Amino acid sequence: MTAHSTLIDRHERRWIAISAALLASFAVLIGIAGFALGVQVPTLEQRVDPAKLNEDPVWSQPGVREIVPGRKYEVYIIAQTWMFVPREIVVPAGAKVTFYVTSRDIQHGFKVLDTDLNVQVIPGYVGKLSYTFKEPGEYKFICTEYCGLGHAAMAGVIKVVPPEEYQSSQ
Amino acid sequence: MGEYTLTRSEKRFIGWHLFIAISALAIGSFYGPMQAFNYAGWNFYPTLKKWHIAESYYQGLTLHGVLNAVVWTTFFITGFLTFNMIYGLKRPLKYPKLNALGFWMMVVGLVLTAYAILANQASVLYTFYPPMKASWIFYLGLVLLVVGSWIEGYGFYFTLHQWKKDNPGVRTPFIAFASVATMVLWQLATLGVAIETLFMLLPWSLGWLEGIDIQLARTFFWWFGHPLVYFWLLPAYISWYGYLPKQAGGKLFSDTMARLAFWLFILLSVPVGFHHQFVDPGVAPGWKYIHALLTLSVVIPSMMTLFTVVASLEYAGIKRGGKGLLGWLAKLPWDDPIVAAQLLAGLLFIFGGIGGVVNASYNTNLILHNTAWVPGHFHLTVSTAVTLTFMGISYWLVPYLTGRELCCRKVALAQVYLWATGMAIFSQAMHSLGLLGAPRRTPLGEAPYVPPEWSGLLLRVGIGGIFLLIAVYMYIWIMAHTAFFGRKAEKPVEVQVAEPMQDVQLTPEWLDAWKPWIAGAVGLILIAYTPVLMELISHMVPVAAPKMKLW
Ligand code: HEM
Ligand SMILES: [Cu+2]
Ligand SMILES: [Cu+2]
Repeated sequence: MTAHSTLIDRHERRWIAISAALLASFAVLIGIAGFALGVQVPTLEQRVDPAKLNEDPVWSQPGVREIVPGRKYEVYIIAQTWMFVPREIVVPAGAKVTFYVTSRDIQHGFKVLDTDLNVQVIPGYVGKLSYTFKEPGEYKFICTEYCGLGHAAMAGVIKVVPPEEYQSSQ
Repeated sequence: MGEYTLTRSEKRFIGWHLFIAISALAIGSFYGPMQAFNYAGWNFYPTLKKWHIAESYYQGLTLHGVLNAVVWTTFFITGFLTFNMIYGLKRPLKYPKLNALGFWMMVVGLVLTAYAILANQASVLYTFYPPMKASWIFYLGLVLLVVGSWIEGYGFYFTLHQWKKDNPGVRTPFIAFASVATMVLWQLATLGVAIETLFMLLPWSLGWLEGIDIQLARTFFWWFGHPLVYFWLLPAYISWYGYLPKQAGGKLFSDTMARLAFWLFILLSVPVGFHHQFVDPGVAPGWKYIHALLTLSVVIPSMMTLFTVVASLEYAGIKRGGKGLLGWLAKLPWDDPIVAAQLLAGLLFIFGGIGGVVNASYNTNLILHNTAWVPGHFHLTVSTAVTLTFMGISYWLVPYLTGRELCCRKVALAQVYLWATGMAIFSQAMHSLGLLGAPRRTPLGEAPYVPPEWSGLLLRVGIGGIFLLIAVYMYIWIMAHTAFFGRKAEKPVEVQVAEPMQDVQLTPEWLDAWKPWIAGAVGLILIAYTPVLMELISHMVPVAAPKMKLW
């Protein structure tokens, strides 16, 4: 066996080389998906004092803002024990929706089922994340971080409606 | 030359570690199946509450996380490493009293922490994320537990130092080398949680600080949280590299590569914590990506370990008469509980490793962060690769320490296979639930939003729980029976330390040198953390604890 003549076995060298190639391909693929195709993690929008959300011009009125009708929307969501404010959101299909999420008290999670929207909700910090809902339908969002006895019931829903319907309902 | 043996008091000292570890598992692992049953719709929590066994799902979950993932692991590991130091270096600890001090400090810490949780003053789960606030007793207990383990580590350093002085130029025996390396990793890791607890949580819980920055606390926590998993894993690797080859009838394929792998784990375990914070708002995406790359680099030492362990086992299987490409595999002693436990642990760990790559891959993490996928993943790693290996170790170490025969070998063998089967069923279902979006840390049996399509998977979680409930108490029973009622052994247990294929002295000296590697590890931590920590510290948002108790 060659193990006795050299310190690193010939097969093992090859094995490590393959592992390194694997590693490099992971790095490149993730990088492309993230930074070229835009499959991105949440970012920081701003810091806020969670005790003063009611005095803040933006955070005293969470909910949906229309930026460009049918194309661009902003949604402000506050997580608190044990609910989301607001717990029902309506946006049109096909529009780019940017979510801003923060907490009034402790840590929570915000995850929209059947999408890749997912953010750790941290008091003092506003997370920013975007998504385009292509299909109309109901998308549940749930709290994914333990926040006390009411945690398992903390949820809400995003109603994605066809664009025509959305305009007429406004 | 006779076998080196430990003195009675050394055996008793290590035995105490294992006694506490196994007792913690006996209590902590009761709640696991209860959680699994809740998922399946068999909800025992009203009864558990009536009998004061758990005030809530979350008190139970806190006990489950702390007793299993902190107490069972830390006590088993410090005990096993102490054995490796003494047996590996063939000499007593330099300052046994120092190690005893560390141990008893850990015990006091455990008592305080357990008191706070049992009094329902600390149902904050084993990650204790602020600003949920536990009683200060909980944090103080954790500090003592960690500091006690440091002191045991210092005892190892002094012992190794003396051995090196007495044996200049000789390579440190692998099991002792790797045990000290594990302790070095632990010290680098726990620095993060020590800062979080001592400078933030403890003074804040005592009312000396009005508020603390939550993102900063999380960042210190995860500086610790990821290498914590390597602190669990490396002792299992010590067994796979240092004992298993011999137990299977062969030799360690490469001492050089085993040591190199340990060094790479030390370099790459700590500067990677942001892979638990990919969806945290307060860390910039560029830094998250850098930590993702550093995390994925662990692929290299992991693949090296796979190679070396498989090559060692192949050699053992061929010596036992295995023919052809895979004939060696069938020839391994699958009917020996000690070996089978480790083989099954390693087998399931392959899936844990693949899942880990998915977790660490930056944007794929968006799909699974805080879903049931994550406990699905780590029940393959800490609860199978590590726990099942520790069970296998205890099947020879407890007989060694007590001088009694392992009771009921057949039961032990069945226990090992039941555990692996249960975990495979359980974890597969948890992974799938996670991909559908089921959150973790949630009694899914009661969550109003759970759609009917999940029920098949939830049932499978419960079925896995049945296997595991049986397997865990079989283990406890075997251990208790062996330690307290086992037949006195006629001849002492032979400790099976694997010899390397090459002369150990051929292992290059730089793989037995500590300073450059530790300096490298510290350097990497500084590079990976300083800019983000500076940014967070210079913009802190102090947040107060909620006014009322939330559990
Ligand atoms: C006896 C078999 C076991 C079963 C059936 C089991 C089951 C579970 C389940 C269902 C959860 C998820 C609870 C939730 O997120 O709502 C969980 C969490 C957990 N388990 Fe286990 N488990 C077992 C053994 C273990 C062992 C041996 C360990 C560690 C050595 C362990 C460590 C953990 C940890 C750290 C958590 C996470 C707690 C948290 O999220 O705070 N478990 N377990
Ligand atoms: Cu919650
Ligand atoms: Cu990690």
